[in-house]
Parts: sequence; C-alpha cells; structure tokens
Amino acid sequence: MHTGEITIENITKIEGSAGLKVTVQERKVTDLKFIIKDYRRFYTEAVKGRPIMAVPSFLSRICGTCSISHLFCSIEAIEKSQGIVVTEQTKKLRKLAYDGLMIRDHALHLYFFVLPDLLGIDSILDIPDEEGNLGHQLLHDSFDIKRLGNDLSVAMAGAAIHAPLPTVGGFLRLPDASKFPELISRLEAIRPLVLRGIDAFANCKDVLTRNSDYLALRNDAGFDFIEGQVVNTSGKKIAEENFHDFLKSVIIPYSQAEGYVFSDSHEDYLVGSLARINLNKDLLNKRTQADAAKYLALFPSNNVYHNNLAQALEILHCVDDALDVLKEITMVEEKPVTVPAKHGVGVGVIEAPRGTLYHLAEVDEKGMIVNYDVIVPTAQNQINIENDLKKYFQENLEKDENVLRLEAEKIIRAYDPCMSCATNFLKIEWIRS
Amino acid sequence: MDTNKKLVIGWFSFTCCEDSTILLTEMLNDHLTEWKKLIEFRYMKPLKSNNRIEGLDVAFVEGAISSEVQANELKKIRENSKYVVAIGACACTGQPSASRNNFVSDEINYKIAFYMCHFDYSKNVQKISDFIKVDDQVNGCPMDPKAFVEAVGKYLKLFNITQ
Repeated sequence: MHTGEITIENITKIEGSAGLKVTVQERKVTDLKFIIKDYRRFYTEAVKGRPIMAVPSFLSRICGTCSISHLFCSIEAIEKSQGIVVTEQTKKLRKLAYDGLMIRDHALHLYFFVLPDLLGIDSILDIPDEEGNLGHQLLHDSFDIKRLGNDLSVAMAGAAIHAPLPTVGGFLRLPDASKFPELISRLEAIRPLVLRGIDAFANCKDVLTRNSDYLALRNDAGFDFIEGQVVNTSGKKIAEENFHDFLKSVIIPYSQAEGYVFSDSHEDYLVGSLARINLNKDLLNKRTQADAAKYLALFPSNNVYHNNLAQALEILHCVDDALDVLKEITMVEEKPVTVPAKHGVGVGVIEAPRGTLYHLAEVDEKGMIVNYDVIVPTAQNQINIENDLKKYFQENLEKDENVLRLEAEKIIRAYDPCMSCATNFLKIEWIRS
Repeated sequence: MDTNKKLVIGWFSFTCCEDSTILLTEMLNDHLTEWKKLIEFRYMKPLKSNNRIEGLDVAFVEGAISSEVQANELKKIRENSKYVVAIGACACTGQPSASRNNFVSDEINYKIAFYMCHFDYSKNVQKISDFIKVDDQVNGCPMDPKAFVEAVGKYLKLFNITQ
C-alpha cells in the first residue's frame, strides 16, 4: 500500500471493544490508533464514601474474566491501609484460588481466541467434530483445563467470577478439605493435556520482535502472582507502594483508556505473561522447569507472540503449584483477621493474567473510602501495542490488505487485552502528549 | 418440521464487565458439542470475526447503555431479531454500570466532565428495556447459568428445533 487507510472497526476474539485505524502516506505509516471503545464506568469514584468491607466485592465487577485479580488486589490494598496481616493459611488458600483463575483465564485466551489463528480458521465453531483432528483434540483438552481452573477457584473462593468468600482479613467460609484429594487427582490428570497445549503454542511460527522493557512482580522465594517487588529488565526494583511513582500517565485522546510510560527509562514497556517468564523463569515450579525445559529455553524472548507460549507455560506452573499446596496444606478453623478501623493508605500490586495490577485505597478513621486508584495491565500495554503495530505495518506494507488486517488482529490478540478492565477509572493527573 | 433449521442467535455486549460472556464461554465446556447441532451463532464477537446481525431468531444482550451510539445499535439489534433476551444485571437493571447516575458531588462531576464531553456519553446509563421491548430476562451478576440454559431451551422449543 502506498497511500490510504486501513480501519478495523471491531477487533474480535478479545475481551471488550477496540478498533484500529492506520494511515499510510507515500509508503510510510504516518498515524496509527489502537482505540479502546468501552465506555468508562468511573468505579474508582463510585467507591468513595463506601465502607471498606463492601469495596473489594464491588470492584471485582471491573472485569468478568479477571474478577479475582481485582478482588484480591483491592483486599490487599485495604488490608495494608488497616495494618492487617493475614494468616499463612489464608495466603495458601488465596494462592490456590489464584492458580485456578490463571488456569481458566489463560486457557480461555489461548484455546478460544488464539487457537483458531494457529489452525488457520476463523473460530472454534469451525473446528470439525472429528476424533483425531488436532483442533478437535486441543479444543476438548481446553474444556477439561478450563473446567478444572474454574472448579479450583470455586472450591476455594465460592465462585470463579465475582467470588463471594474471600474478604478483608481472610475467608468468610473455609473450603471443604474433603474435596482436595479429587482436585489433586484431576490436576495430575490434566498435566499431559497442558503439555500438549504448550507444544502446540510453541509451534506457532509468527514472529514480531521489538525491544521493549518488561515489568513484573518478582518474589525471590518463588514464582508468585501476589507478593513481591516490581522489577524491570535492567534490574530496577520498586516496592509495591512506590510503583505508581514510576509510571507516567499519558492521555490518548481517541481512546477511552489512558496509556503509561515507565518514567525511569521514558520508554514503552510490556506487562503480562511474557514479562513474567522473561524476568522470573528461574523461579517457576521445579516440576514445570523440568518438563517444559526445551520451551523455557526460548526465553527471555522479545517476540510478542511468545506471550501465548508464556501463558501456556504459566498454566503448567499453576497446575504444579496447586498440586504442591494441596498436598501439604492442613486446614485449621479460623476467622478473618479484624482490627478497629483507622485512617490509612494501602497499596496492592499483584500480577493479573494480563500483567501488573495496582490498587490504592485511602481510608478514613470510620473505615470509609476517601480515595481510590486503579492501574490495569491493558492500559499499561496500550502504547506498546501501538508501537508494535507501527513496526509491523511499516515493514509489511506491500502485503495484501486482508493479510495486514488479519496479522494486526493476531498481534493485538497476543497481548490478550481486556477493554473492560481498561475503562473503569478516572485519571486526573495527565501528562499531555 | 424443518429438521435442518437451527436457532439463529446473536450475543451482544454493551457497558459492563462482560462476566456473562465469560460465564457463557465456561458453559461451552459442557454444551458446545450439543449446541453446535442446534444453534447457529451468527453474531458472537468473542468467538468469531465473521459476524452478521440480519435474521436473528434471538438476540442475547449483556450490558447497560451509556450513549446514543449504543442506543442506536441496540435498536438495530431489535429490528433484526424476533426475540431479545436481556442478560445479567447491567442489561436488566443498569446496575452496577449505572453507578455514575448517582454522583451528586460537584467535584466528581467536574472531574468526569472531560470524558462526558470528549466522548459521546449520555447523561445517564440505562437498562436496555428503557430503549427497546425485551422479551425475557436472565438475571444475575453474572447471569444465572441455569436460567440461561432454560431460556435457550425455551426458544429451541418455540422454534421447533430438536436433535
């Protein structure tokens, strides 16, 4: 293409609504807009004046697919604002619920959204019902994997979407430990299916490399989605409570969500599975490291399509991690930790399926929310997505327009963006660019 | 009876967290094989890129309406569908997506004014029955999965579609 516009009104097989508009003049990409179209719901304003016990459950409604991430991040922010330290048992149960979330959420993205690209078809609905067909096998593997992730979250948290049992200080009701042996058996049985999926996503031949910075939580004690410090590629370590200070919010006039740059390097950066595996693969479960060694050797990687493979590897890690925890946990009866309400500010930072998630809660002496802030992964990845797409289009302008559209959707899909997450908030301190 | 006839459905999402969409993808673990024989998924953006709105038997609509653009899209769905089913709390009641309707603080309203003016936000977020006739509701946040299966069964029966 020498001159013209390519517009994708609605990018499909993602969560939420987004579009893309590319302007080309004299064989140069002169403008590219990745447009997040979901309408804002201003939930961080809506929680002001609400009692802290009601807030995590409300904010889990930010997102259907990673509701447990918002629930746990909000709980963490509020617990820190109140000086609440939870028990080791609570930490283990949260870990199990979170493993279930990661297994289900990653499997949805990989098998329902990305797998058709891998098979060269439009949709899982086009996969033939034929035993022996690879697509059929992988799709039916995904049913078992997703179902198990779902059931693990349900067993620990009461539901996989908008879970009712986790609360500030612990759990409202403890899980039924008599169900653990069955979960252990099913987790063990699912491993070969997960490994088959890793091999399938490792066979993806698509490549798009660009030097980005990567950010993720790192806990030197082990691969952890919930606790740690934020680290980047050059080894910078940032305490959770200081994370916000390192991000510069950038208003993107055509998008319903703001973008971010990392103030330390003033460069775009990527969060999500690719960042986590790039930065923390040495911390993965030992069994995962042993059985997936040849795939892990591909990391660190600057190929954005490897975000899909990284998600597949994280599914295996979560299966192995859940097995370890379930085999050693001994349940004791306990109630949520409670303290008298006090004024305080707390920050929660956790790794959501799509990357680093930040909640800040300021609470008054009566236990009511005074101020709340949220930074989600998809908003952070927005500028990186645009820069990746600019590179792709600039290097491939001679290709057929339909190929360019398809490839652009695949690149966006590799990020597993979530527009529902990206559009709930109000940012009031912009750096206009 | 036309034994080849399938129930032609569309699945649409407006302002919400898309929890019912996610729940639906989980229900497909158990129902996809059966439903593919009975149902044509003509419009379903989360699962396919070739989507058409014309000639729907049933439109399932999730989410609340935040703008005139969305309201017009909703009316277009109604014109193209024999039946419309509201899915989940935001579509059925507007809440919690309609939280901003209750903002009374001048400070907050001043802060959100940029977005309200810069994009095409309506003054209030509304449930879908404020704009179109709704034939059925599947309540819940996310939707009640049993009630959804019952709704699908009801329309399969209504259109005389059996295995």
